[in-house]
Amino acid sequence: MAEIEFQDITKRYPDGFEAVKHLSLDVPDGELMILVGPSGCGKSTALRMVAGLEDISDGELKIGGQVVNDKAPKDRDIAMVFQNYALYPHMTVRENMGFALKLAKVPDDEINRKVSEAARILDLEQHLDRKPANLSGGQRQRVAMGRAIVRDPSAFLMDEPLSNLDAKLRVQMRTEISRIQQSLETTTIYVTHDQTEAMTLGDRIAVMRAGVLQQVGPPSELYGHPKNLFVAGFIGSPSMNFLPGELDGDIVRFPIGDVPVPEELRGRLQAGPGGGRRGVIVGLRPEDFEDASIIGDRARGTTFKARIDVLESMGSEYYAYFAVESERVSSRELEELAQDAGAADLPHSHEGSQVVARLAAESKIRQGQEAELWFDARHLHLFDAESGQSLLGTGRASRTQPQQQPPSAGPAPAAS
Amino acid sequence: MKEQAKQRSGWSVALLVIVVASLVPVLWIVMLSLKTPATVTDGSFIPQHWTLSNYKDIFNAGVFTDALRNSIGIALISTALAVLLASAAAYAIARLDFPGKRIILAVSLAVAMFPQVSLVGPLYNLWRQIGLYDTWPGLIIPYMTFALPLSIYTLSAFFREIPWELEQAAQVDGATPGQAFRKVIAPLATPGIATTFIIVFIICWNDFIFAISLTSTSNAQTVPAAIALFPGVSQFTVPIGDIAAAAVVVTVPVMLLVILFQRRIVAGLTAGAVKG
Repeated sequence: MAEIEFQDITKRYPDGFEAVKHLSLDVPDGELMILVGPSGCGKSTALRMVAGLEDISDGELKIGGQVVNDKAPKDRDIAMVFQNYALYPHMTVRENMGFALKLAKVPDDEINRKVSEAARILDLEQHLDRKPANLSGGQRQRVAMGRAIVRDPSAFLMDEPLSNLDAKLRVQMRTEISRIQQSLETTTIYVTHDQTEAMTLGDRIAVMRAGVLQQVGPPSELYGHPKNLFVAGFIGSPSMNFLPGELDGDIVRFPIGDVPVPEELRGRLQAGPGGGRRGVIVGLRPEDFEDASIIGDRARGTTFKARIDVLESMGSEYYAYFAVESERVSSRELEELAQDAGAADLPHSHEGSQVVARLAAESKIRQGQEAELWFDARHLHLFDAESGQSLLGTGRASRTQPQQQPPSAGPAPAAS
Repeated sequence: MKEQAKQRSGWSVALLVIVVASLVPVLWIVMLSLKTPATVTDGSFIPQHWTLSNYKDIFNAGVFTDALRNSIGIALISTALAVLLASAAAYAIARLDFPGKRIILAVSLAVAMFPQVSLVGPLYNLWRQIGLYDTWPGLIIPYMTFALPLSIYTLSAFFREIPWELEQAAQVDGATPGQAFRKVIAPLATPGIATTFIIVFIICWNDFIFAISLTSTSNAQTVPAAIALFPGVSQFTVPIGDIAAAAVVVTVPVMLLVILFQRRIVAGLTAGAVKG
């Protein structure tokens, strides 16, 4: 059990590429910290630096208060679960799980006891004498977990441990990992590119982009109060809709309609330089829309009409896609997200912006028809059009320390 | 269906031709070795008088048994050394990124290309001067040198196949680099090491040029050289039967090796290491 501290850590490769830039992050004892981000954002590199498989170019890494920068992996007392499990193919499950203990010269009967214990937790008892080649993907994954558990290390490091499993098994193992981690209370750093995994699993989530830490916080905070466009677009599925807009005093004008800034947001809204009009990017989560006919109290939001291009039924809900006349929101951060999702090259079938709304299953809306939709203005997200930084503080924090999140410098140009 | 049957019979014929073509010379030698000296030149494939006297002869004459001892010893030692050195080199080449890696590979390839005949003369003089002529080390050194490039090549290919993550997992599990190599990498590379071992052993075992040039007595003469120098009953007879018998005897160890290691070579031991 130990605390892991990243102190201004940078990873620079010989060709000058910086995979991780000035990462400072504190993982308290017993916490499950998720490092999440698109591929190439440096999350795996950060994890491998903790493991000692990558050198640290700058900064200090502390495990349990001790600087471990120059320690070999074997002296760090950490266990790692690899994406492809990295089981030793020439050893049985039992030998695989006991390998670390054997190297540590633990007596045989104790190794046996610990391996049996781990096998019981992971439901591997009947497979102990089989070789990894004869196991299913899920079983291999559990062996990899078992190899980490028997060690009783000061920290678990997991590098996308579920990405090789099929969808159903992944959900199952996700719960399993969460359960094991909670019962063992071992500090864990878990790397994933899957925001669903991150949201469901983590005590706290650290979102990274291009080697830079974007935001750290509990899942609800990242979801409710994303600090910038990137985090807003990355967390949540389907992802947040972004529309260009304008903040004019207390009114937000954007293609769907003009909305007065709700009271709830007003307190958190950080006055831009000079007040007045400024360009913003408005973010609306699909789940903050609803079929207007279902909503009883429309006062909290705004209704508008839209032609539904595509309606996808999920059984429990609908995803309604419609286009909004507007310029496309262009932002490097959003393009990066689209690229990571492989959507960057998709042809844009619509002029303007595509918007997704998640509607209740009882909605009577039909594809191809005009529909009246409602959205919850209290959940509007406002971002600076230039910097992509959120204009809303994170509630409590912003009231006490409003300077914590300065909006980008420079007068915002009035959007047309 | 018909097409398939046709195709299969075509393949069978082709395979049969290849098998016959490669086995006939071997069988011919075996048959020769079983003929009596009088019938050895009668031209028939099947011996008219079966005999084992040729085998008795060569094992009773000291020349052959000495040569056999030399062959086994020299080939085994050269091979073991070559594989040991090559696995270290190949491992470094497969795993590490160091300046001059390509040059090392290129140079080792160049050594392999080097015509051995051109080295025999200088080596003969050199060995005589430093006292290595007609000794075991005198053959072991050139064998090892010429076997190394090939060994490095095959082994580095095998090492590259082994997922690096296995080694990293071992390191995280608390293994020193040495332990990781011995307990994880080497066992997985066994098929590769066995394959290399056999190839190198056969090269050393079959060598004739160095053996005939750098040895002169039963001190270090290996079987190929000894066979060539077999004395006949008189100086006017060629001991064909003896030569054939000796040839059969030296083929046996090689065949045994291949049969013994075949399963290892074929078995893909890395199956199941990563998601398959």
